[in-house]
Amino acid sequence: MSGTGNTIGTRGLVLNEPLIFGQGSPGRVGYSLPPSDVPEKKAEALIPRRLLRDGIPGLPEVSEVDVIRHYTRISQWNYCVDLGFYPLGSCTMKYNPRINEDMARLPGFAKAHPYQPEELSQGALQLMWELEQYLADVSGLDRVTLQPSAGAHGELTGLMMIRAYHTSRGNPRSKVLIPDSAHGTNPATSALCGYRVVPVKEGPRGVVEAKAVAEVMDEEVAAIMVTNPNTLGLFEENIVDVAKIVHAKGGQVYCDGANLNSVMGISRPGDWGVDVIQINLHKTFSQPHGGGGPGAGPVALRKHLAPFMPFPTVEKKGNGFILDYQRPKSIGKVRAFAASFGVLVRSYTYIRSMGAAGLRRAAEVAILNANYILSQLKGVYHLPYDRHCMHECVFSDAVQARNDIHTLDIAKRLIDYGFHPPTIYFPLIVKGALMIEPTETESKETLDQFIAAMRRIAQEAQENPEMLRLAPHNPKVTRMNETKAAREPKLRWQPGR
Amino acid sequence: MRYIPNTDADCRAMLQAIGVRSVEELFGDIPPAVRLKRPLKVPPAMSESEVGRHLRALAAQNADADRYSMFLGAGCYNHFSPAIINHLVLRGEFLTPYTPYQPEVSQGTLQALYEYQSLVCLLTAMEVSNASMYEGASATAEAVLMAQRVTGRNKVVVARAVHPEYRTVTRTYASQQGISFREVAFTEAGVTDLTQVRKALGDQVACLVVQSPNFFGGIEDLPQLAEAAHAVGALLVVAVAEPVALGLLKPPGECGADIVTAEGAGLGTGLNYGGPAVGFFATRERFIRHMPGRLVGQTVDREGRTGYVLTLATREQHIRREKATSNICTSESLIANMSGMYMVTMGPQGLREVALLNLRKAAYAKEQLAKVRGFSLRFSGPTFNEFVLRTKKKPGEVLTGLLKRQIIGGLDLGRFYPELKDCLLVCVTEQNSRTGIDALAKALGGGR
Amino acid sequence: MSVPEGLKYTREHEWVKVEGDKGRVGITHYAQDQLGDVVFVEVPKKGRKLRQMETFGVVESVKAVSDLFSPVGGEVVEVNGELERKPELVNADPYGGGWMILIKIANSKELNNLLSASEYTAYLKKAGGGH
Repeated sequence: MSGTGNTIGTRGLVLNEPLIFGQGSPGRVGYSLPPSDVPEKKAEALIPRRLLRDGIPGLPEVSEVDVIRHYTRISQWNYCVDLGFYPLGSCTMKYNPRINEDMARLPGFAKAHPYQPEELSQGALQLMWELEQYLADVSGLDRVTLQPSAGAHGELTGLMMIRAYHTSRGNPRSKVLIPDSAHGTNPATSALCGYRVVPVKEGPRGVVEAKAVAEVMDEEVAAIMVTNPNTLGLFEENIVDVAKIVHAKGGQVYCDGANLNSVMGISRPGDWGVDVIQINLHKTFSQPHGGGGPGAGPVALRKHLAPFMPFPTVEKKGNGFILDYQRPKSIGKVRAFAASFGVLVRSYTYIRSMGAAGLRRAAEVAILNANYILSQLKGVYHLPYDRHCMHECVFSDAVQARNDIHTLDIAKRLIDYGFHPPTIYFPLIVKGALMIEPTETESKETLDQFIAAMRRIAQEAQENPEMLRLAPHNPKVTRMNETKAAREPKLRWQPGR
Repeated sequence: MRYIPNTDADCRAMLQAIGVRSVEELFGDIPPAVRLKRPLKVPPAMSESEVGRHLRALAAQNADADRYSMFLGAGCYNHFSPAIINHLVLRGEFLTPYTPYQPEVSQGTLQALYEYQSLVCLLTAMEVSNASMYEGASATAEAVLMAQRVTGRNKVVVARAVHPEYRTVTRTYASQQGISFREVAFTEAGVTDLTQVRKALGDQVACLVVQSPNFFGGIEDLPQLAEAAHAVGALLVVAVAEPVALGLLKPPGECGADIVTAEGAGLGTGLNYGGPAVGFFATRERFIRHMPGRLVGQTVDREGRTGYVLTLATREQHIRREKATSNICTSESLIANMSGMYMVTMGPQGLREVALLNLRKAAYAKEQLAKVRGFSLRFSGPTFNEFVLRTKKKPGEVLTGLLKRQIIGGLDLGRFYPELKDCLLVCVTEQNSRTGIDALAKALGGGR
Repeated sequence: MSVPEGLKYTREHEWVKVEGDKGRVGITHYAQDQLGDVVFVEVPKKGRKLRQMETFGVVESVKAVSDLFSPVGGEVVEVNGELERKPELVNADPYGGGWMILIKIANSKELNNLLSASEYTAYLKKAGGGH
């Protein structure tokens, strides 16, 4: 009943594995430490007894074998890029090259201390400086702060710099313009910076129109936060005019760079009139997602904002590089130390492996792959904006909804076919949205398999809708009771429970 | 290119299926005026072996803890990481999955993060932990914002013995929220001045922020600090830059802390020139709805099987948007899981033993270095694995001299504390040997 | 879609039941149906003074969150303490056990700004929600 025929998704043997707590036995160890080569004074002799703890009850006592088995077993319950295709829109789930992992683990990077002398860190500083140059050219801007640890972190940094810029000119201003299709981090970031959000509706072509911006633009607007290409996968064709309108009243143009993968080497945010853009290294520049991080969100900016960059920045000095802490107008810092350096190493390695032509080709093939999917699913699912897309396309469940089958059901059934679901219910402006971004690292065969699966699901929606409503059938667990999770939060294991 | 499977032939077939002649036709929406007409200023592609050579050459220019005797701590600690951890996180199933929004295909990540949350609660003795923040300093900043939300107050009292960069980051975050700060100095014992804390607290204070062990390695009297804060209705935020200490020290949760943040990189991830890292964030159950960050909860599926799922998401940016508790989206799942793996591999015995090694080696170093002529201990109180050495020579010169002997001797405190510009911050972990400590002492003494 | 007579309604899907000089407030059947399973209701403290259509709290379901708007101005004299333990009352009994706050009405003329049951029903039909 739940069969998917000769497709990728199938049944398999995975093992059950309970929580690590309650496993093991007293005295079992998984670690190895050398004996003490200094006098073994009692803890109580060095620290008052009342400041010491009585063990850590509940912490399991397991062997190395137990640990390897535990984590290996649960790892097998995860879908991942190494396993198969993730058509997640706006996530850019491209392949994560392994040479990047080797390079990040070189002792000169992995075992360097952020406060060690700069003369003995020239390799790290050179890598950071060169990465800044590359990202500046890709974005068409002047400087890049490498400090932020994620896209949202970069947004916060960027908006704080904009605020500092306005404050330095006498008025921080009070509003930020945000299109309705924006990612949730955009309004959240604005609020964190003390700005009120003014929504801007997209026009009938799915892009922001200059007229709509002109209507709400005034001298209290600090910035507009655009995403380009936007979350519908469309290039904001009016962006140059929009930027002019915002600049005319002294505002700044912030661009959410989540979709940068589609324009690398083809078109540059700086040339659109963008002043600030955060770049998601865990999207465009191949840093692995790791199940939710680490990422990095360096922010490229125009030189008038450079004084406000977080410190330290990396600067060339003589024949070498330094960390510049003397930045009186800086907004401060958004994290300790210089950056999430290991992430920078991976992206730097990726950029050196791809080269200029490779980055452009990645963007072109990303666009091609997305349009291929669009052309093949066009008659099968409702396409709200019927024209070429950039690196992602957005469908809706409007056709299937006639059979009371919704985006969630389609998404869950895809799992049985061996694919991670696409982004669902986002952007909010498309009811029942299905956002698909293949990236350039997927082959035509994979895309064809995905297209075939989506076609079969559309058929099932007509012939056997109940199967979709009960999907997924193949994974180890079925749909979770999220209501129970939220009404009776159980957020940790406790001894004796 | 090995990361782009589609060949020219594959591309032609797709173009034909779409009904266009070239890829350029597909991005016709991009105005010609903004199309880049030159290649990117990025060097040409290097082959895998060339890339390896190039990166190794860069890495070789850096000092590292293998080739130098490392006595630098100051918020980033040189700890041993069991071999098993890297092998586990290099598994594609942990390294390459997306955020676990589709729980049916993410139970590995979700169970690992649930275990991580539980482990953080056990280590800190707190009631609920989130699934991680970026790192210790920004986690502490978010704790201050949370205290503001919970209490509705806008003043913050912060100990000067808190890591300087934690204080800077907190001010940066708070600058947009109308929060004002008051700093409290440290005593000759090397801990926060309780009398001054009591003076600084008042009924407009949202929280008191302290760090333990503090920046100087000193162990703060958390129960007294908690009492002082609670007496005025303020929260106690405790930042733990060195959570290895919690293998031995009374956890903040047993001392009255309301929010605990920590830098978890020292639990299995390593130095990495400062990042990636992971911020622990734990609090009391009654504050759950004010917490930033993701939360993994336990529940059941349709067939009653136990499973895990991201929950209470309505606090977060993708739903709450401008009213979210934070804008955080991607955090540090993999590093969080590494710290979980570390805690589980070490177990209660291992965590205690590694903490003891740190304590004892640092105590030995303290003894030996205090004996060297021209050097003395600056503070009198108990410390964990860091301590402050006062020197008659210029700290910068001392450190430069040590470098010649392949020793990175510590931090010149004048960099952050003008009142301590004649001092060095020295850190000793389980990675430092007695021989190395003796060599340090000898080098400081001017011996060969 | 249940729209009881005798109550007054807002366009934001709150209802108010006049009880003497007070008004009992909750969300409509339509609202709880749109939200899905309610997991949390944030209500104000007793004594809070509200203006008409000022937000007085928040209702959360698993996937959504919605502001709550006060149908009339006045002072909050009672709050439904049951909702903390049993937010599902909002789904199961939106007009009864799922009530949220009781307000001492400041100006009863404000009730004229609200919709009657039939007006609210018509409003829902236009929004595509009545059945």
